[in-house]
Amino acid sequence: MSEYLFRAIDIHKYFAGVRALDGVSLEIKPGEIHCLAGENGCGKSTLIKIISGVYQRDSGIIEFEGEQLKKITPIDAIKRGIQVIYQDFSIFPNLTVMENLAINSQLVENKRLVNWKHMRETARTAIERIGFKVDLDVTLGTLSVAEKQMVAICRALMFNAKLIIMDEPTTALTKKEVKALFKVILQLKEQGISILFVSHKLDEVFEISERFTVFRSGKLIATGNTKELDDKKFSYYMTGREFEVRSFVPDKLSEKPILEVDNLSLPGSFEKISFSVKGGEILGITGLLDSGRTELALALFGIHPAKEGEIRIHGRAVKISSPQKAIQNKIGFVPEDRLSEGLFLPQSIGDNIIISEIDHLKKSGIMDKKKCRDEILHWVKEMAIATPDPENAASTLSGGNQQRVVLAKWLACSPDILILNGPTVGVDIGSKHDIHGILQELANKGMAIIIISDDLPEVIENCSRLLILKGGKESGKMSTHEITEKMILDKMM
Amino acid sequence: MNERQTQAGLRIKSAYMRDRHLWRLIIIMLLWFIFMAVTRFSKFYTVVNFQTMFAQFPEFGLMSLGVMVCMITGGIDLSTVGIANVTAISTALLMQHIGGDSRHISVFWVVVVFLLAIVVGMIAGGLNGMLVAKLHIPPILATLGMGELFTGIGIVLTNGSAISDFPTTYAFAVNNRVLGIPVQFLIFAAAAVILSFMLIKTTYGKKLILLGTSQNVAKYSGLKVDMILIKTYLISGVCSALGGMIMLANYNSARADYGSNYTLQCILIVVLGGVSPNGGKGKISGVLLAIFLVRALETGLNRFPQISSYYVSLIWGAVLLLVMVLNYFTENDISLFKKKPNNFHAD
Repeated sequence: MSEYLFRAIDIHKYFAGVRALDGVSLEIKPGEIHCLAGENGCGKSTLIKIISGVYQRDSGIIEFEGEQLKKITPIDAIKRGIQVIYQDFSIFPNLTVMENLAINSQLVENKRLVNWKHMRETARTAIERIGFKVDLDVTLGTLSVAEKQMVAICRALMFNAKLIIMDEPTTALTKKEVKALFKVILQLKEQGISILFVSHKLDEVFEISERFTVFRSGKLIATGNTKELDDKKFSYYMTGREFEVRSFVPDKLSEKPILEVDNLSLPGSFEKISFSVKGGEILGITGLLDSGRTELALALFGIHPAKEGEIRIHGRAVKISSPQKAIQNKIGFVPEDRLSEGLFLPQSIGDNIIISEIDHLKKSGIMDKKKCRDEILHWVKEMAIATPDPENAASTLSGGNQQRVVLAKWLACSPDILILNGPTVGVDIGSKHDIHGILQELANKGMAIIIISDDLPEVIENCSRLLILKGGKESGKMSTHEITEKMILDKMM
Repeated sequence: MNERQTQAGLRIKSAYMRDRHLWRLIIIMLLWFIFMAVTRFSKFYTVVNFQTMFAQFPEFGLMSLGVMVCMITGGIDLSTVGIANVTAISTALLMQHIGGDSRHISVFWVVVVFLLAIVVGMIAGGLNGMLVAKLHIPPILATLGMGELFTGIGIVLTNGSAISDFPTTYAFAVNNRVLGIPVQFLIFAAAAVILSFMLIKTTYGKKLILLGTSQNVAKYSGLKVDMILIKTYLISGVCSALGGMIMLANYNSARADYGSNYTLQCILIVVLGGVSPNGGKGKISGVLLAIFLVRALETGLNRFPQISSYYVSLIWGAVLLLVMVLNYFTENDISLFKKKPNNFHAD
């Protein structure tokens, strides 16, 4: 047997003439944690689908356990011990944990009748293998994302898996859950299972993987030992651009704060939160998933208004009881989930940009087509949104460009205060850098900006001050000058 | 093929792709008119036949416009026929009262009655809107319940029988023609023009489409979701009420169970016109074409005595399903005929 468990050599794949994979290679050793990185659209997902038999390659060689595989079907892949855990886990939310775990073996054994006792036993062995504690009779839909993922991993293990591919497994996990996942991955490694870990998050790649492979636009860019990799190199491999970190230093602050929040409370979500933001300043708010950071953001924008406390804008007490009130008070809000809160995906980029200011774009009750067009073109240019035609649907854009559209929507309302909840979630490194640049520039023009994020490098780099939440309460305020991630983490946990 | 030809071909193709629903309707309509010309030319192509068609379709045409705006928001209005009948019945009773034994009222009262009908429609539609927007009852249930309620009110008001002994002035006024154009059609046209203006020229139209795409994103974008929804069901109520007024004139009587097959027919028309039942998509031009097409199909079928009117439901059901299936194929870009394999290879 060769040194490698799995080898893909010089794989090509075309979709209707578009080169999705252009001669990429990937080699995985037995019992190795290998990280496959690359920006969206670089061909990672295509390769995974070829390995798992969903797509067929156009040319190239695939070897598994020293044997050349000609044509892979999904069943082939499973039988040989290749398991993929997709982002949506492919589980049945309305069935119990036990049923989810046992259903595939039932299908494989082609049984028509259900043997409940046998099912329970198979399920129990599966969860014990990674020491995962869960009630087998609980309906899957009620579990957290992390628990669902564990169920998917257990299910993968039931088929004598030799290679487990995890497609961006940490996207929806909290910091604690990521730690638990990494522990499980290390356990699997000890059992001799190889893991292909797909991610574009640098810190995770460093923490978990032994070797890495980076793709960019369907080409193999680099592969090697993770030890020899550093921050700068990684970003360069991913994007082909070199970035310098621009730490934000406020240029000139307004004399009086634009936004003051005094003892704001919403029972069950957050309690007695106070802070103020001056014009020209970027305040960071961070905390774990259950810290109340998102709820605080929603309260400031009037989606779930706070019950107690006071909000003052330009020194005047205001009641923000609805998003319309927030907009009237010149607050803009970039929500956490671009897909379900930020963008009308099937609608045009242009309509997405002007929708919030649309009532200012009419002349005696009639929509001013020319003004709308000018406004759209202005923002597409200003935000450098990469599209051939603003009439195209917003769903045609990449994550980074979509986020620019959401930003443009709010900037078009010329806000004094801009609140961003997770401004760069699911955005590639290049765009992330650009969006940070835009925010710093806006602050320098006098806007008060609040970034809510659990991406610590992001808040340290871009914010001048930091408010840390824990369990709905303030657990610390600090200046980001000479601060370390460790100091923030201590306050968060 | 030289380059210019390909360019022109591409432009035609993209124009077709942009308004596929519209073009499909135009093609079906042309085919039908050719078919009628070949088989029943003398019976179909008469001025009287077209005048009759234009007097008939405004009934369900108006209701369809109402269903259309609701469907663009991702909802539906199943109470249109109920609203139409309750409006017709209440105004008929009112006119009975005003006219007394003379069975005659002045034109002034006809206008007043119309304005009153609009108010009834606004109240009924507004109630629908409140249920949907404020109480978050799924539109299909809210309007189904309201529709039953209105039908019930109609039955109670009439004891289940038809009212036909109301002043003849009303039917005479509406069943009239201005320069050969039926008054019913003029009412429909006025409503269609106002609605087109609202949908195309005002911000309401844009907000409606975006709201239909995602109510959540609309909320996060600062749109007044509740107000827009209530306004939409209110418009639908007014359209239905006007439809009821035309039914009253066309049948010269009012009854709680008139036009009961219009509910299905309105949905058929709206879907045929290219409005997505999931919301967020639809143009009034498509729905207007579909209204006319459905009337032309039905009138044409009536010219074949061997096809019994018992088949009408069957035909509408089949057409509705066919449209949905066609939409599935076009929206997922699946060609019914297998394309030749593409020969894309590495160079």
